[in-house]
Order: sequence, then structure tokens, then C-alpha cells
Amino acid sequence: MVSGKRGFRLEVRGVRHAFELRGQDLPVLEDVDFVAEPGEFVALLGPSGCGKSTLLRLVAGLEPSSEGSILVDGQPITGTDPSRIIMFQDPTLYPWRTVRANAAVGPEARGTLKRDAARIDAALALVGLADFAAAYPHELSGGMAQRASLARALVNDPHLLMLDEPLGKLDSLTRLAMQRELSALWQRAGFTALLVTHDVEEALLLADRVLVLSDRPARILADLRVETPRPRRRDDPRLVALRSEVLGLLGLAEAA
Amino acid sequence: MNSIAHRIGSANRLDGAASAAGFARPSPPLPVWAGGVVAALVWLAAAGLTHWLPDDDDLGRTDLLALAAAAIGVVILAAVVAVGRRPARRESRIGQLRAAGPWLVALALGLVAWELVTAKYAVLPRPFFVAPQSILEVFTDDWARLGESVLRSLLLVVPGYLLGAAIGFLTGVAMGWSRFVGYWVHPVIRLIGPLPATAWLPVAFFAFSSSRGASTFLIALASFFPVAVLTWSGVSAVGKSYYDVARTMGASPWFLVRKVAVPAAMPSVFVGLFMGLGASFSVLVVAEMMGVRAGLGWYMQWAQGWASYGNMYAALLVLAALCSGAVTLLFRLRDRLLSWQKGLVRW
Repeated sequence: MVSGKRGFRLEVRGVRHAFELRGQDLPVLEDVDFVAEPGEFVALLGPSGCGKSTLLRLVAGLEPSSEGSILVDGQPITGTDPSRIIMFQDPTLYPWRTVRANAAVGPEARGTLKRDAARIDAALALVGLADFAAAYPHELSGGMAQRASLARALVNDPHLLMLDEPLGKLDSLTRLAMQRELSALWQRAGFTALLVTHDVEEALLLADRVLVLSDRPARILADLRVETPRPRRRDDPRLVALRSEVLGLLGLAEAA
Repeated sequence: MNSIAHRIGSANRLDGAASAAGFARPSPPLPVWAGGVVAALVWLAAAGLTHWLPDDDDLGRTDLLALAAAAIGVVILAAVVAVGRRPARRESRIGQLRAAGPWLVALALGLVAWELVTAKYAVLPRPFFVAPQSILEVFTDDWARLGESVLRSLLLVVPGYLLGAAIGFLTGVAMGWSRFVGYWVHPVIRLIGPLPATAWLPVAFFAFSSSRGASTFLIALASFFPVAVLTWSGVSAVGKSYYDVARTMGASPWFLVRKVAVPAAMPSVFVGLFMGLGASFSVLVVAEMMGVRAGLGWYMQWAQGWASYGNMYAALLVLAALCSGAVTLLFRLRDRLLSWQKGLVRW
């Protein structure tokens, strides 16, 4: 079902963004500038509350940026588009829909429900939820709910998949399993992936490049390339060295 | 591919097994339904007492009442035999029947007490307190007029309620969705909403040429307000993330309203429908007493005018059954539509 299509080339050019808080401008993004090549897995790593998630909302087109431009394959984005899908930290499944109906939200919204029926079933099978298609969200565990959310994203065959700390609330065992699944899935599917996380190990385990962001307002402190071949082991000495480097950049050198 | 599927599969089993359907447990046979036996005996005793103890006054239908009580006793006895010792879970039909035992006993005892203080010894003053057989007599002798009143009441309250609920629902959705509608409608609803619909009675009977139109308007108004406010609050409470999810996947505003806002607001809408139902019935009775010369409200007033309190109580009983039936119907509908919700209030 995943077509192996080329991922988007994402360009983020001089993006600034500020929120208005009680009449005052609160800058959250300061001159963020980077390029994600087609099919690349880029992690945005930074302290919580630094504005990483805001950046994803801008790229998704849910909000316009205050300044700067975001280009997808050279075209400036104008709003949301099913080719750019976010997977949120919370599964945000609709509790009144079954797992399958939740996965079908994208096709249903675009009126392609019939045409995409096989694709929906395939996505559920891919995340291991084929047997739970008729279950309601309240009957799922946290990990299963997040898988259902992943299936809902994949059904749209995204060229750019944005992951907003999607594993942040899972228990550590489920988290490890889903990190491997995500990595394998991305390798097969060929979409460009943008992962927001504050987990250094997760970023190093999954991404080709790790962009380390500063505290709010977020700037890019470093652009680290992770060359270690996959599947990666978290105790790989090169990853351990990178981990110390990242923690140093974040001012947590003693924690390494 | 294979290894991925395998990995996903095994991970799935890891966190899936625990939340799968509960363990099936063989249920042991239950003791004979003792509550049913007691209830049957008390009902049969009530029948005997009604039949053999002489009435204080010349009352009709005493034997019919005795017969009815005896029939109930026999039916309960038959149920005891039919249920036997079969295992039953609490939520099953049989489980519910078993749980009803104490109530069946209490009802029979209540009937005995009522019968004693009215028909047998006339402890309570006669015209205002009516013997059970006198109410039974109303049902056997005046069922045609009572039935017509029920029909007239239903023909008035059902269209009025549905109309008000529909307009209230649409208004609530529009208010919750559109800033513009909210801006203009909210103050109006705030001012007019808390006013009891019956306060409009003089205006309504003046503004509408027919009393039927006026009553329909008032009943609609009574159901409109709670439905509109609770739909509005339900739609306003829908999390932004629910919309974001659908928007990123290419949903139109119309899709967001129909498939996100409305389903998410449904639990709240049903609270409004429930509250509107009570308000509609209260307006119905008042309207029938004041202007409409038909229906249960009118029947009650007419009966009171003739000091036939038996008829009044009979109509009251029918009205109670009607309201309770309407609420049950509403809750059934809700259980069906909102089966995805956990921990529903039962009715």
C-alpha cells in the first residue's frame, strides 16, 4: 500500500514565529532555517516548550508563520494538505468511530472512501490492528491507539510525515517496539520524515540528521549527521558519543 | 517485509492481550428465586383480602381488582418456575427480573395498605382519596375518553417537541460553530431562555389564531432552549486537536461540522433533549388546562371540576407512564447512538 514514492524536499527559510500572549508578542521561533532532502529522516531535538511543535504546525499549514517561507518541492505552502500529515503526541482518535472508521477519516473527508477501502485495510494490517478494526478507541491500550493514529496517517500516503513526539506518552517497552516499527516503515515507504522529540536517544536511533534547537525562542544550535547504519543499537559507541555531544549542546554535559 | 510484520505482530500481542475481551467464567446455578415466591404469595394474599374483606361502601370493580392481583401473583409464580435455577448474569433479562423481587413485594404491600385505608375501612376522607378499584373502574369504563385524551396530548406534544428540538439543535450548532451567529444569538438566548415557556401563554394565545398553534409554539419553545444551549456548549467544548486532525487530511468546514463537531457534541445534546422533554410535558399540561379543550391536562381539570378524583388520578397515572415512556425511548436511542461512550447513565 505504501507506494515507495519519492518524499518531499522540505525547505524552511528564515522562519520566525511569535504568539500573542496577553497583548505581548512571545517569540517562539527565531530564524529557523534548514532543508530536509527527499526521503530524509530529520529529528528536531530540543527542550520541552521550545517551539518544536509550533514548527510542525507551520509546516503542516495549520497556522501561517509570522515571517519567512516554507517550501515543499520548491512550492510555498498555502495551507493544509493530505500529502503533509502530522501524527500528534496524543492519538486524537475520534471516540465515536471504530478503529477502521478512524483510519478512514482522510479518504472520507476527500470523498474517496470507496476507492481507498483496500488501502485502509492494508494500513491497519501494517500496524498490526487488523483484528481490532471494529474496536472503539476506549478499548485500546495506549500503544494500540498510537498505532491506529499511525495507520490513519499512512492511509493518506503522505510525502512528508511529521511526528510530534508520537511516542512520548507510551510505556518504555511499547516505545522501544514502536521506534523499530517506525524506522522500518520509513525505510520501506520513502517519505520524508520530520520528528519532534526531546528524547536524545530516540532522535539518534531514528534520524539521518538531528537538528538541536535552543530554548525558546528556538534557534538551530547544531545540525548533526548520524551515519550509523540501520538497524541501530542504542549502545553503539558512535551513538553514545553523539549523545554526549548533544547533551553538551543543550547544557546538560554532566548528565551524559 | 516479513520480519516487519512479525515484529509488529508480536509487539501488538504484547500490549493487546490484556485489553481483549474479559475472561469467560462459567456461572454456577442460582438458588430458586425466593423473592419471587414471596412476591407471588403477597399478591395472592392481597387478592384474597380484597375479595373477602367487605367494602366499607358500595364500590364497583372490587372483584376485578382481586382478580387482577391474583393474576399478577400467578404470573410471578409461573416466572419463578420458568426461571428455576438457571444461571443468569445481573444485566440479563432474568437477572433483572430476580433483582425486581423486593419491588414486587413492596408494590403488593402498598396495594394492601391502600386498599385497607380507603375501600375497607375508609380511614382517609372519601372524595379526595380514592380506592384502587375506583381507579381501575375509570380504566374499564372511561377508557374511550381517556384514550382520546392521550392521543390528543401526543398529537400536540410530539410535533412541538420535535420542532423545538430540531431548531434548538441547529441553533446550537450554528452558535458553537460561527462566531457571527454566536455574537447575535447568544444575548437573545441568555435573556429569553431562562423565562418559563408558560409565561408566554397570554402572548401565544393572542399571537396565534388557533390554540393548537399557540400550544405547539410554547411546547417547541420549552424544548428549544435546553437543546440549543447544551448543543452549543457541546460544540464549543470540542478540542481543537479534533479539528486539526481532520483539517490536515483535507477536510472541508462542512465535514468538520458534520463529522467532528456534531458527533463530539452528541452526549451533551442528549442531556438537552432529556431536559427539553420534561419542560415540554409541563407546558403541554398547562396549555391543555388553559386553552386547548382536549388532552390529558384538560381531562384532569375536567375531572376535578366534577369532583371525580378517580378520573383525575387515572389521568395522572397515564401521564406519568407517558413521560416515563418518552424518557425510556430517548435513553434507548441514546444508548444506541452513543454506544461508544463508557459508563452511560441507565434509565
